[in-house]
Amino acid sequence: MSSSATTLEESAPGGSASGDPLLVVKDLKVHFPTGDGIVKAVDGLSYTVERGKTLGIVGESGSGKSVSSSAIMGLFHGTNAQLSGQIILDGTDVLTLSEDQMRKLRGRDVAMIFQDPLSALHPYFTVGAQIIEAYRVHADVSKKVARRRAIELLDRVGIPQPDRRVDDYPHQFSGGMRQRAMIAMGLVNDPSMLIADEPTTALDVTVQAQILDLLQDLQKEFNSAIIIITHDLGVVAEMTDDTLVMYGGRAVEYGKTSEILTHPEMPYTWGLLSSVPEVTGDTSAKLIPIPGSPPSLLNPPSGCHFHPRCAFRDKVPGDLCRTTTPELAPGNRGSTHLKRCHLADPEAIYQTEVLPEIAPDLVEQLGEKSGS
Amino acid sequence: MFAYTIRRVISGLLLMVVMSMVTFVLFYASSDHPERYACGPKCTSDQLETTRKALGFDQPLAEQWAKFARGFVVGRDFPDNAELRAAEPDQVIHCAPGCLGLSYTYNKTVNNLLKDKLPVSISLALAAYVLWITGGVVFGVTAALFKGRLIDRSIVGLALLGFAFPTFFIGLLLLKFVAIKWQIVKLPVYTPITESPWLWASGLILPAITLALVYMAGYIRMTRAFVLETMTEDYIRTARAKGLTQRKVVGKHTLRATLTPLVTLSGLDLAGLLGGTIIAEKVFNFNGVGKMSVDAIARHDLALVVGIVLLIAAIVIIANIIVDLLYAVIDPRVRLG
Repeated sequence: MSSSATTLEESAPGGSASGDPLLVVKDLKVHFPTGDGIVKAVDGLSYTVERGKTLGIVGESGSGKSVSSSAIMGLFHGTNAQLSGQIILDGTDVLTLSEDQMRKLRGRDVAMIFQDPLSALHPYFTVGAQIIEAYRVHADVSKKVARRRAIELLDRVGIPQPDRRVDDYPHQFSGGMRQRAMIAMGLVNDPSMLIADEPTTALDVTVQAQILDLLQDLQKEFNSAIIIITHDLGVVAEMTDDTLVMYGGRAVEYGKTSEILTHPEMPYTWGLLSSVPEVTGDTSAKLIPIPGSPPSLLNPPSGCHFHPRCAFRDKVPGDLCRTTTPELAPGNRGSTHLKRCHLADPEAIYQTEVLPEIAPDLVEQLGEKSGS
Repeated sequence: MFAYTIRRVISGLLLMVVMSMVTFVLFYASSDHPERYACGPKCTSDQLETTRKALGFDQPLAEQWAKFARGFVVGRDFPDNAELRAAEPDQVIHCAPGCLGLSYTYNKTVNNLLKDKLPVSISLALAAYVLWITGGVVFGVTAALFKGRLIDRSIVGLALLGFAFPTFFIGLLLLKFVAIKWQIVKLPVYTPITESPWLWASGLILPAITLALVYMAGYIRMTRAFVLETMTEDYIRTARAKGLTQRKVVGKHTLRATLTPLVTLSGLDLAGLLGGTIIAEKVFNFNGVGKMSVDAIARHDLALVVGIVLLIAAIVIIANIIVDLLYAVIDPRVRLG
């Protein structure tokens, strides 16, 4: 696998010279055959994540964020989903593993923190029993030892009186506590790869911040790699090293988070940024929603999937957006910033047309700086 | 939970009072001179009048009900009329508290009659219950696990067949072939469990299968649907993401969630079955409550009919309370109050 990894590293922003990345996803496709045709939930996705690093996957509902992560967990075994490509986790292509081999990795080497912990935790078993179970699947320990481990982890994720709360049922926990318990369950086997699927959705802002802090602390402690699936760009800015923007089952922009957030090159990313309110921002700043609705994965639009909703397709010569699918390729900002867009100079359009609309004060500041 | 139980029992008792009033009105008020049936076809008008008084039909309906209710609480004596009792003291039948009335076709208290027949019906219903729950869950889960495959289709198809065949047909079929022609089992005869548990169980097999098949068919389909629905729940995905084996995911996480609605439904169905063993009792000639109730209706033995109806109503109400209490035990989210 080392040879394939090195070739990937050249083009992938997640890769660097220091050792093999923990996770390499290469041309992943997840297709669901249905009575009406094939739903291409994920259609050719590639990325890498290194140990101790965090990747943020952003996109709206139905863009393939969660499906691609479920594929890493091998959760499509025994379903009619058609998977192709490679998912190389720590040197092993998990797509070639049998269900039983995959089962042994699940929860031990790669764990997932699901969104909406109220429905993701079993209502009829105590929180402790569920964590203990997760531990004992992979560790050959007595119930007593496992229980101590569960209490220790509940304490670690900040549940007060963990020795008593361990016997509570999920419905007796608050939303934030349930999410913490979910994280404790994910971490119980010290996985090297942690996938957090919208870990802060449906939590209030202060709890969100606590959960994110917790994840960051735990990452430092365990040196695990994290994928955060979210549609919250605030989470992306705070937590991640790399960002992958997904649209209609494909990556449309991929690069270092600092780079993507300051110099986005794809109109869909602009749309996402335009939809984020800024607490300290100018009240004259506009929140601009992306027009239209997410594309059908059954009959995706021709050419660039985003073209029906794109306000800038007129700036592309000819009918290119409608007829030709752009490649995910480096734009004008170096080889580590990939974008899937036909626009020749997106940076100029962003600075002159998008930024003044969504952050006029920022433009003013920049103007003053250059003026003085 | 204690307060809840008390509240439920009280409301259950009130419901029984209302039930008894409704059955009284339904049966006695709608029946034209019910004493005719008790007295027989060759009755003179004098005899008819005496029968009328003996059974208390000469009094207003409200009074009759009040006597019934008082009799249930403190017991009563038959004949109903005090003069008739004084005239022939050796003919007086005493009915102890809990009295459900006097059957005039048997000239015995309803309680005495039920005491003999109820164990037969309860045995039948319980045996059928065990069969249908076991079969329903085992086949239902199997069908769900092999959804869309041949095993699933066969099970669902057979269940439909079991649903479609009338109970008496299945009963006669089993009797004719399994018991008489091939002699795989002996002719089903009811033996009290106190006499011989083995004979009790072996005698119940065929009637229990007959009764269970229809319910089993329903429970197979229900279990299959519940399991398939539960398998799409987020917490099942969590269980799989932990790395649990398929056996644990299904046998522990899925079944645990499926159990709740099944327990509820089966508790109520069992109560309903106690009053619905009629056909199996008739086919296999078991002297249970069901057979007796059909005979009572045919002979216009109103006291017996009313007694049986109220008994079954009470069983259903009690089963309801038990199921609700059980619900709080098996679902930690349910808090009674």
